[in-house]
Amino acid sequence: MESLDPEAYVDQVAKALQLPLHPDHRTGVIENFARILPIAQLVLEFPLPQTVEPAPTFSPLPAARTEPLP
Amino acid sequence: MTSDPHFLGSADAASIASAVRQGEISAQAVVAASLERIQERDGALNAFTEILKDSALEAAEKVDQQVAQGIPVGPLAGVPFAVKNLFDVAGLTTLAGSVINRENPPARMDATVVARLKQAGAILVGTLNMDEYAYGFVTENSHYGPTHNPHDLSRVAGGSSGGSAAAVAGGLVPLTLGSDTNGSIRVPASLCGIYGLKPTYGRLSRAGVALFASSFDHVGPFARSVADIALSFDAMQGPDPTDPVCTQRPVDPTVPQLGQGIEGLRIAVAEDYFARGAEPHILAGVEKIAQALGASQTIRIPEAHRARAAAYLITAAEGANLHLHNLKTRPQDFDPATRDRFLAGALLPADWILQAQRFRSWYRQQVQALFQEIDLFIAPTTPCPAPLIGQEKMVIDGVEVLTRPNLGLYTQPLSFIGLPVLSVPLRESGSLPFGVQLVAAPYQEATLLRVAAHLESLGILNAEPA
Repeated sequence: MESLDPEAYVDQVAKALQLPLHPDHRTGVIENFARILPIAQLVLEFPLPQTVEPAPTFSPLPAARTEPLP
Repeated sequence: MTSDPHFLGSADAASIASAVRQGEISAQAVVAASLERIQERDGALNAFTEILKDSALEAAEKVDQQVAQGIPVGPLAGVPFAVKNLFDVAGLTTLAGSVINRENPPARMDATVVARLKQAGAILVGTLNMDEYAYGFVTENSHYGPTHNPHDLSRVAGGSSGGSAAAVAGGLVPLTLGSDTNGSIRVPASLCGIYGLKPTYGRLSRAGVALFASSFDHVGPFARSVADIALSFDAMQGPDPTDPVCTQRPVDPTVPQLGQGIEGLRIAVAEDYFARGAEPHILAGVEKIAQALGASQTIRIPEAHRARAAAYLITAAEGANLHLHNLKTRPQDFDPATRDRFLAGALLPADWILQAQRFRSWYRQQVQALFQEIDLFIAPTTPCPAPLIGQEKMVIDGVEVLTRPNLGLYTQPLSFIGLPVLSVPLRESGSLPFGVQLVAAPYQEATLLRVAAHLESLGILNAEPA
């Protein structure tokens, strides 16, 4: 991700999300995103076998609702 | 003893409930004393955001009537408690540390755990300050002001459940509730010198609690004694179909197990990641606990630094997703300390989050394997005692880092996989307190509490109110 330009990325992805960035907030967002890059790198560089599923599991039936507790 | 005002400022919930049950003191006197202490001290601490004087005195009167009539009262009869303002309290708007949520209607019913504490006889006296939407470790809330550490008012109480920790450490109430996503119970418990339990993920119901990052959100108690943590934990346990992650396991009361001692338990010290970066006196505190427990073996938690990184990514993305509409339409109404982090979190690619969730499965398996060899391990809670209010940077391992995110250095890799953790308090006379984490396998809260009760009985821990 060395070649990634956080400024350009933040502007473009914010557009894709239809997330307006106020000029007063933009610098802080770019700084924060740039701070996340090396954090993400730690996760992405670690090899995982394809058999490992994401942690959250889904149940096809929601838990039964009862009367409000207690 | 019970009529002594000092008793009411320092007594634990167990002693109060016992005195109330036996008619030695009235619940009304206990609650009135608590309200008086809040009145006296909270101007300096800023722990409370709402004080429920009338409803608390009314509830206390009911408890006293039951005692007078010989009607059995609960294990927390007459115990004043307060909750982080992200727990629903019927009739109050749940703020979650924000001004945006002030526009919401009042909650229709209490959060499940609040209702269960009330059912056990505890009396809700107010709600407590926090970092906005629980995204922080300092409780320097720009809307409601910083919460001050009772041990040194110029320092933070920790966060995000800072009000919950300060209220207990300041002797305003013996019991509070907070929430912990990456360390938000354990960090303030450490910095304020009290006990803070983050139970197993899903062990206590989160129904009626404002979410932050659902993958990691937990709720739990703060107190000044192990017995109080156990009493309140037991009162709150049990399945709750209104929280989709709440366990179906039956209640496993921990109070009867408190006196079992530590014989037969295999206890280790976490080395490597958890032995680096903390101030020397904090590592000495971990060693002191290790010696007291006869823990001679060490364990290495593999890839803990990546676990912390993955927790960071998932938290940022889930938190941003929850608040995206308001981030789009009214970003100016957020606390600037949380706003830019939420906005950045909204921009993370899906692949990063899925990979982080797959890493979480892998890491859980690695750590689970370690619990074949040991029953409990110990690690520091925070790398340092409470930083100053407004302190932007601190030094960890010789490197200058931002204060806010790095207080969770040792807590994040554990909540990431939902392990039960109890932060226990250490404090040398005249110095600031700090915590040590006791960590067990999922659902083994009773083991944590047994070990903590043993340490408490040795006189090593210090949770005296400031």
